[in-house]
Amino acid sequence: MEAASVPASLTAQRKTPLQWVWENILWVLFGSVLAIYLVTDFTQTLEDVKTGLSNGMIWALIALGYTLVYGIIELINFAHGEVFMIGSFIAVSLWQTLGVLGTDSPALIALSILLALIVSMLASGSLNVMIERVAYRPLRNAPKLAPLITAIGMSFILQNVGLLWRPAPDSSPDLIGSQKTLFTILDVDIVRSDVFAVAVTVPLLIALLWFVGRTKYGKAMRATAQDPDAARLMGINVDRTIGLTFLLGGVLAGAAGMIYAIYNGTVQFNQGFTAGLIAFTAAVMGGIGNLKGAVVGGLIIGVIQSLSDTHFGQVWTPAIVFGILILVMVFKPSGLFGEEVREG
Amino acid sequence: MSGAAATLRRNGRSVQRMLPPRAWGVLAILLAVAYPFVIEQLISGSNDLLDASIQTLAYVIMALGLNIVVGFAGLLDLGYVAFFAIGAFVMGWLGSQQFPDVSGGEGFHFLTPDTSPLGGAIPGIHVNFFFVIFIAAVFTALWGAILGAPTLRLRGDYLAIVTLAFGEIVPRVFENATSGIFGIGSIDFSNGRQGITPIDKVNFPWSDTPFHYPLELEPIYYVGLGMVLATLFLNIRLRDSRLGRAWIAVREDEVAAASMGVNLVRTKLWAYALGAMLGGFAGAFLATYNNTVNVDQFEFGFSVFILCMVVLGGMGNIWGVILGAVFLSMLNRFFLPELNDLPDKVGLDFDVTSINFGIFGFLLLVMMVLRPEGLLPSSRRKLELHADDVDADEVWFDEASLYDTRDDEMRPE
Repeated sequence: MEAASVPASLTAQRKTPLQWVWENILWVLFGSVLAIYLVTDFTQTLEDVKTGLSNGMIWALIALGYTLVYGIIELINFAHGEVFMIGSFIAVSLWQTLGVLGTDSPALIALSILLALIVSMLASGSLNVMIERVAYRPLRNAPKLAPLITAIGMSFILQNVGLLWRPAPDSSPDLIGSQKTLFTILDVDIVRSDVFAVAVTVPLLIALLWFVGRTKYGKAMRATAQDPDAARLMGINVDRTIGLTFLLGGVLAGAAGMIYAIYNGTVQFNQGFTAGLIAFTAAVMGGIGNLKGAVVGGLIIGVIQSLSDTHFGQVWTPAIVFGILILVMVFKPSGLFGEEVREG
Repeated sequence: MSGAAATLRRNGRSVQRMLPPRAWGVLAILLAVAYPFVIEQLISGSNDLLDASIQTLAYVIMALGLNIVVGFAGLLDLGYVAFFAIGAFVMGWLGSQQFPDVSGGEGFHFLTPDTSPLGGAIPGIHVNFFFVIFIAAVFTALWGAILGAPTLRLRGDYLAIVTLAFGEIVPRVFENATSGIFGIGSIDFSNGRQGITPIDKVNFPWSDTPFHYPLELEPIYYVGLGMVLATLFLNIRLRDSRLGRAWIAVREDEVAAASMGVNLVRTKLWAYALGAMLGGFAGAFLATYNNTVNVDQFEFGFSVFILCMVVLGGMGNIWGVILGAVFLSMLNRFFLPELNDLPDKVGLDFDVTSINFGIFGFLLLVMMVLRPEGLLPSSRRKLELHADDVDADEVWFDEASLYDTRDDEMRPE
């Protein structure tokens, strides 16, 4: 961080093109792959990009939870995917209990979606806070791998809670008629679920960036991320700030779960594991600890997934995403934006 | 340490001192050898128990392998199942009819029966089991090193995730490699979701009669036991070797170890390769014993199952890990089904065996929070895990743990 305080003009040296390419290697690779596909099959690729971006909104929301927690206590919250899954389950159960269907009046549907959003956000948020209390706080000073092991334990517990709750995949009521085309741009049909994902996610993202960047609590989070001891000396309640971070992450995961239920139409107990790994890939790609990076990473992973679905077949997509995870972690751990940023 | 626990520990030690350490070892081996006969006498229908015990032998090998990586070298590996998968598939490729076109449908045979009882030639590749396990071990060790080489400079938690991703990729590649990999080539490597089955039975290189499991389990039990003993010998010798001390030094403090002249890269690579090797070793055994190589076996839960054995027994302590493996494997096979009427009693309706991984997760959580050193702790590891809450004076005067550089509880004093 010392380098950051020195004016950039003093330290900046002329970079050779090769250095520039290496620093932006992820952008270069992604850009060139996208460009090749755009040239060879324009409409199909545009369609993939659209699907990828709206799907990527969900990954972005989950990835933010990983990046927030990692930024503040350097822990991979392995149970985060399961928090997302529980959020989905709660939303679907709520709709099933209320008995709302896609044929009800628009006002009723809007109300039930809003209610499900709030309930699943609150439930997932408090679940995440509870996980921190039970599994991570007792081990805060233990060797770093200890909380990672409890995180895995927690993840398995929650996954099995999900298994008892819904042993088989369950379909979510199609409240918004998600496959209906709203409008068409450049021969690409924009369907309702795409618009829905964007319409719910973007306000949440803006709210989160505002919260972390502009409020007093956000400032406390950033301070704790930089140096917990100094933050404590400055009068910040570090434990509560960490709890707040988990709450925020859980809230976003709950929202993602609700969107996923509508967007995908089915929920199942093991959706959290894969979604968690994909979102973690997104967080690493954006540079873990970097909020905007997590969002961009989520969108890019979404696009990569849909491109791979089209060109390699769906069965290879998970292997490709996890392969990207390994390659990025090994060769470019700083991610898309080059430097490690914590909570910014 | 509380008074009662200290008394128990002292009593345990005095029982231990009644016989020299080697005698304890011989006794344990004799017990293991006599085991099939003993249970046959004691329990009617002991085949079920013996079958579970044979599976357990394979789990013990895997837990000991993972213990090298997690316990000795302190590198968290969450994708151990990948090595199980690779070892099992090597057995599948070299001991089944998966590749029927080899040498024009005549098949390739190496110290295995080359004609079926009906008279025709058996197609496919068939290599004797006792050679396949070593091929599988070397092949998986190679993969361990391939995975390890680029990842070793990562921090511990990143390393864990990379291994996890590897553990997810390998089964998926096998699952989809029914006509080449990533659409390249056209060889069927895995038979997709059906898996490769049947797998050749074990036969001795000097005899053409294969074993008759699952009808007759004793011979294969002794093969498994022999593999466990070889693994155990390897583990003990490794732990007390220069390499083993280097692992412990790296685990405790990488920077200090490096400045004392330990070659970090080579040390960690060996840990990876040897840990992976044992995974492949056991994988090949389980493949022939279960008579199938099926991708459904290779899920993330299995990695956690093995990790749970290591954590429960005591990371870094060979005897603890064996105890953990036996305990968890038997718990999974016999004790959980016993609990099946429990949910009924509290008015719920579910199968306890279906949530076994949730129970393992719970065990992991409880162990790490309450007793991270495991049931049979390794004394050094315990000190590390409790570095914060142990009083400095207490550490200083706890001479046994300060100077006992070996984790072996059986060491004479």
